[in-house]
Amino acid sequence: MRKSLDYIIEAVIFICGILSIVFVVLIFSFLLKEGLSFFKDFSFIKFITNQFWYPNSKIPSFGILSLISGSALVTLGACLIAVPIGVMTALFISEIAPKSIRDILKSLVELMAAIPSVVIGFVGMVTVVPLVKNVFNLPTGLTAFSGSIMLALMAIPTIVTISEDAIRSVPWQYKEGALALGATKWQTLRRVVLKAAMPGIIAAIMLGIGRVIGETMAVMMITGNAAHVPHSIFDPIRTMTSTIASEMGETVRGGMHYKSLFAIGLVLFLITFLVNFIADLFLGKNKNL
Amino acid sequence: MMKLSPKLSQKLSYMLLFIATMLAIIPVLIIIFLIIKNGYSAINWKFLTSMPEDGMRAGGIFPAIIGTFAIVMCAIVITLPVGVCAAIYLNEYAKDNFLTRLIKLAIVNLAGVPSVVYGLFGLGIFVMFLKLGVSIIAGALTLSIMELPVIITTARGALNSVPQSFREVSLSLGVSRWQTIRHIVLPNALSGILTGTILSIARISGETAPILFTAAAFYVPRLPDSIFDQVMALPYHLYIISTQIPNMPKNIIYGTALVLMMMVLTMSFVAIFARIYFRKRRKW
Repeated sequence: MRKSLDYIIEAVIFICGILSIVFVVLIFSFLLKEGLSFFKDFSFIKFITNQFWYPNSKIPSFGILSLISGSALVTLGACLIAVPIGVMTALFISEIAPKSIRDILKSLVELMAAIPSVVIGFVGMVTVVPLVKNVFNLPTGLTAFSGSIMLALMAIPTIVTISEDAIRSVPWQYKEGALALGATKWQTLRRVVLKAAMPGIIAAIMLGIGRVIGETMAVMMITGNAAHVPHSIFDPIRTMTSTIASEMGETVRGGMHYKSLFAIGLVLFLITFLVNFIADLFLGKNKNL
Repeated sequence: MMKLSPKLSQKLSYMLLFIATMLAIIPVLIIIFLIIKNGYSAINWKFLTSMPEDGMRAGGIFPAIIGTFAIVMCAIVITLPVGVCAAIYLNEYAKDNFLTRLIKLAIVNLAGVPSVVYGLFGLGIFVMFLKLGVSIIAGALTLSIMELPVIITTARGALNSVPQSFREVSLSLGVSRWQTIRHIVLPNALSGILTGTILSIARISGETAPILFTAAAFYVPRLPDSIFDQVMALPYHLYIISTQIPNMPKNIIYGTALVLMMMVLTMSFVAIFARIYFRKRRKW
């Protein structure tokens, strides 16, 4: 009796164990199914190279080049802000800050990750957006630049946490060796520790990028939702995520517009899959240090 | 250019790193301060327990609070047992083989899927294919899949921190593998799993994109009767009133943001203190 009960429970545990694989496959195949049925009626090449997103006009056009470039621009901007700040913060917390305040600093950085993205979006709307409008004398503050600032804040905790792990896992012999040769502590950090921790830091940056590309609510509230290829970072833009979120409500279930949003979801899924896969490769490398 | 002495360049660099750290910390403090300062005047008992009025420009946020509570609780009830079982499999049963590596890769990627893509998936599978409609249960199922990798990872960490010798003693007494896990490993990992669960609840309470098309309603001035009803949800409500409603009184928006933020932060703090408390009491 007890043996067969054990057997059943272990079978359930095994099923739960492989459920993650099932879900990834399910999500992918579902997006693929809807996406492929869309690409039957609208060519994939046109989908990613055409810049006109007019899903509701008489002759609809489903080009997502403007959305891809919007996502790319806001992500690039966020990275330019978040990567230096994040890596420097990780260095400071793990190597320079006094031990007694290390945990406090780390908790404060991670506090940002706990704030819901709508709240960050709202605060961005009432602070950064008017500030950007006035400082740069623009017609609107709802720009890629404003989005980049808020997204950078959301990516920093990810970058700091993972970089810090990588920096701390650098063997102490490396540091002692450099210090014994007469290097200052800063020279050691910059030339030895940072180099040794690089795979982990790259993984941290990739995960930060993954977070930024997938972010929806804050970006939708701050970047102005204008579907055109941006000329500068001070243009309003629209990302792939915010297009899905803002238009899904008004589509006819099963129609072309509906399917096109799933096709965008498919593109997003593939991009984040790739980004996370690369991050995982680098994390694996870090462990073999 | 003058070459800086190593000592001076160290000093300057440390200063730079310190400034970067401040740049990473100060914004979150500003956000919290702004919302508390502008929001606390809106908060009173009536705001928390009454229905919205006048096209949401007045009255309270009660249905949104209840809606979020219902969705989140359902999601946790679904995802917790599955996630813990998956963690048990990975930590206690799985051998280092291809399947295990595949599971780990799947978990990493599940964690990286954008939240709005989970929303699409939930719409397609739960709302349309399984015909659950836009409902609490459809939203909860969507969120539960999204939270699964987080629960698995934290539960696995908790199981992993139980010393191997505990298992060996039990097994050497002739106790079966599952009985050992059930009576020795799980009770010792419980505190870690609990804190992870609280953090997960905090995280999904603030999620908007996954429930956008699966559970959340623009305006429903009554409470749900069953898990097949659609509901208002706090994060979605905040999005609506801050972007879609013209002439929205600012203090209500700040008040709503404050309630949402406080819910999430309070749970996060509880989890952090619970972790510290349990760590101190640990016997090994």
